[in-house]
Amino acid sequence: MTQKSTFRTPAARVKYLGAAHSGAHHAWMMRLSTFALLPLTCAFILIVLSLTGRDFQSARVFLGSPVVAIFMLLFVGVGAYHMTQGMQVIIEDYVHGERIKPLALMANILFGLLIGAALIYAVMRLSFT
Amino acid sequence: MAKPSPSPLEQRRPLSPHLQIYKWSPTMTASIAHRFTGAALYAGTLLLAFYLFAAAGDARSFHFASALFSSWLGQLVLLGYTFVLMLHVMGGLRHAIWDAGKGFEPKARDRLSLGSFAGAAVLTALLWIVSFVIR
Repeated sequence: MTQKSTFRTPAARVKYLGAAHSGAHHAWMMRLSTFALLPLTCAFILIVLSLTGRDFQSARVFLGSPVVAIFMLLFVGVGAYHMTQGMQVIIEDYVHGERIKPLALMANILFGLLIGAALIYAVMRLSFT
Repeated sequence: MAKPSPSPLEQRRPLSPHLQIYKWSPTMTASIAHRFTGAALYAGTLLLAFYLFAAAGDARSFHFASALFSSWLGQLVLLGYTFVLMLHVMGGLRHAIWDAGKGFEPKARDRLSLGSFAGAAVLTALLWIVSFVIR
């Protein structure tokens, strides 16, 4: 490599993590969760279609069955992660205020954790009660 | 060299052109729609949580949620949710194709972008036809 004038140290270049200190991790995790969500969304649609016209008892039995519950857990878990990561990019793009930006980023993560935990709790409750 | 302006730094910084400057293009429309649908699905998780908690509750809460989703407004919201979800899935597929380095030619990228909308509309229609047939 030719010698270029740069402020970046050789170690920083080798680590390849850039200004965000995390390299392409975020972008990679978005791809990974996207690929996981493609089949999981198909499963979710099939589950919702199977729910049409069911009464309370039959909907409970269906949602509580192992295969349905496992796919729902994966869908809501990976989905909550994916949407939190995605919203983070939107915040980073549009919210620039010195105080409001970290607050918005934190609120996003907390909402993701809250909705993720709530959805997982509801799915497990359908299986175990 | 230009004399330093007395205005604060924020006002002297050059601004990058924003949406209203550009000629509207299919790729731009698809990109905006992908972000918009992503944000809509973010809020839409509340709907899913509402339904799951109602189902995890008792018969009364389940029937309340069922009645709400069966009303014309509920059906309209679910129809919108279906299209938004399908459009976002189409966007995910489109990005997967672009990530693979394919489909960047002028015609191909426009076709992929417009195809996302067409694909989402067709899938939404299909899913709702199926749901009407089986209900």
